[in-house]
Amino acid sequence: MNKTINQKAWFFVVPVFVLVAFNAAIPLMTVVNYSFQETFGNNVFAWEGTRWFKQILLSERFHDALGRQIAFTFIILLIQIPLGIGIALTMPKKGWGVPICLILMSMPLLIPWNVVGAMWNIFALPDIGFLGYSLNAIGFDFNFTQQPGDAWFTTVLMDVWHWTSLVVLLSYAGLNSIQPAYYQAAEIDGASRWATFRYIELPKMKKVLTLAILLRFMDSFMIYTEPFVLTGGGPGNATAFLSIDLVKMALGQFDLGPAAAMSLIYFFIVLLVCWVFYSLMMKNEVRS
Amino acid sequence: MSLELKNVEKKVGIETHIHPTNIKLEKNTINVLLGSTLAGKTTLMQIMAGLDKPTSGEIWFNGDNVTGKQVQKRNVSMVYQQFINYPSFTVYENIASPLKIIGVNSDEIKERVGKVAELLKLSAMLNKKPDELSGGQQQRTALARALVKDSDLILLDEPLANLDFKLREELREELPKLFEDRECIVVYATTEPSDALMIGGNTATILEGKIIQYGKTLDVYNKPENLTSAKVFSDPPMNIAEISKSGNTCKLTDNSVQWKSNIKIKDGIYKIGIRPHNITTYKEGNNTVEINGKVLISELSGSESLIHFTNGNLNWVSLSNGIQQKNIGENTKLFMNVDEFLYFDENNRLVNHG
Repeated sequence: MNKTINQKAWFFVVPVFVLVAFNAAIPLMTVVNYSFQETFGNNVFAWEGTRWFKQILLSERFHDALGRQIAFTFIILLIQIPLGIGIALTMPKKGWGVPICLILMSMPLLIPWNVVGAMWNIFALPDIGFLGYSLNAIGFDFNFTQQPGDAWFTTVLMDVWHWTSLVVLLSYAGLNSIQPAYYQAAEIDGASRWATFRYIELPKMKKVLTLAILLRFMDSFMIYTEPFVLTGGGPGNATAFLSIDLVKMALGQFDLGPAAAMSLIYFFIVLLVCWVFYSLMMKNEVRS
Repeated sequence: MSLELKNVEKKVGIETHIHPTNIKLEKNTINVLLGSTLAGKTTLMQIMAGLDKPTSGEIWFNGDNVTGKQVQKRNVSMVYQQFINYPSFTVYENIASPLKIIGVNSDEIKERVGKVAELLKLSAMLNKKPDELSGGQQQRTALARALVKDSDLILLDEPLANLDFKLREELREELPKLFEDRECIVVYATTEPSDALMIGGNTATILEGKIIQYGKTLDVYNKPENLTSAKVFSDPPMNIAEISKSGNTCKLTDNSVQWKSNIKIKDGIYKIGIRPHNITTYKEGNNTVEINGKVLISELSGSESLIHFTNGNLNWVSLSNGIQQKNIGENTKLFMNVDEFLYFDENNRLVNHG
């Protein structure tokens, strides 16, 4: 049989190429371009090879920011995942309480990120903010603009407030997809509440929880807006997470080369962690 | 050993799910609850198990009132339509789980699991997880979980409904054998009359939360107390027509069919119920009568032919063996086996058989 050649197929493929090129490939290549060169004014460039990458990877400043970033992500995952599952378990499964809970849970997710930052900034101010003032009134010496520990506490609390709902909603969806017969079967066996959770609910929620952890990992690892508005990375560099440090370097100091190299390293870390985590979680899953 | 429901009623809000029900199940019996979806089979089973409390009435087990006694303390096991196993356990761990919880020692667990696994042909897959098994094997695992415990009461809630045809046939044949030499009461819920006939034992026909009739499966099938019970226990649906009887002669009230009958009932108007397999394209039985029909639909189901036809202003269903090709709209002649007619009086009670 003769193959008929039909060039019309290009009309379907080209728009996708153009779209992807403009929103992903070209900006990324610009960054790659910067990362290997020294940039002067008037579009003068000088080839630098891998110098910026070496510089970033060896710099103490990057190590510190990465350390803070990992600590932050680790802490919020450790709080948000169990807390989210816990809240989802206590939410009603039917009746008038369901829509109320769901709306209340979605509220924090609907608020723009910079508003969340501003809200918590005011909320936590030691002199006029409700949280800051109350903590001081009951005897804590709380000032998030001056004490690193307080800044961390406020940032973590803000992130937990903002994002636990996402874990709750995903877990709730996962829990609701478990057929009632599983619970009855466990009841007939005489399984304890803990055993029911450990051997029925948790395995049945595995996929949504994997998704929840991935989403929370990515978002928290790239967090920028909220701490920028809340603490601006301070006091000192106490809450200068990777993206805040990156913006400082790129726009504050206008070190485009090192900033571009840092962006790429940052990007690869996120990609690598997601890939490793997802592969591990899905290793034993049967494709269905 | 016996399980007795005394005046058990279940209401949810203003809806009555189970009307006051009395039934007594004896030991070493298989009891089929036969009824359509939402007839109340599952509710009844959950009340029997103790997963659900009746609104009023009592449940007696072995002469003890167990109403309100928790399911964990009752030695019950249940198999569901969905294949319910612990997802992260292997087949072995799944079957062993009910024994572990009641604290059986590990040697005995090993022995009992091995025995049940062999009975259900699971020996080769004891180390697999439920996800890696076919639907049939998953349901076998669930059955093994139910059997390993030596329960007094085993409840099977449409256990074959989610299996494909071949696996269903296979497991349906094995099921009665599994319970043969067990000291327990088995309750089996199904929507399919053929399941009840295959399994035998006793059958309760259920409609809209009421037990219509309970007795030996064949008795319920051959001598349904009333038209409702007959309808529940017939698939494809039973043909029902009004007849008039005078002397030895019976005829459909539209005068299209007439036959001789020597049943001993008063002259008058009756209803007859004719199961589809008693209307065939060939003569069957010693005493047949012809009926003319216009074919509406003709379909094959396995090695049987289902022919829907009209006679006068009634629609009829017939079920014949073999492949009987009919064209839509064709006028055809079918034969009804007069000896198998069921006659019902004006109160829809069976008045005679044959």
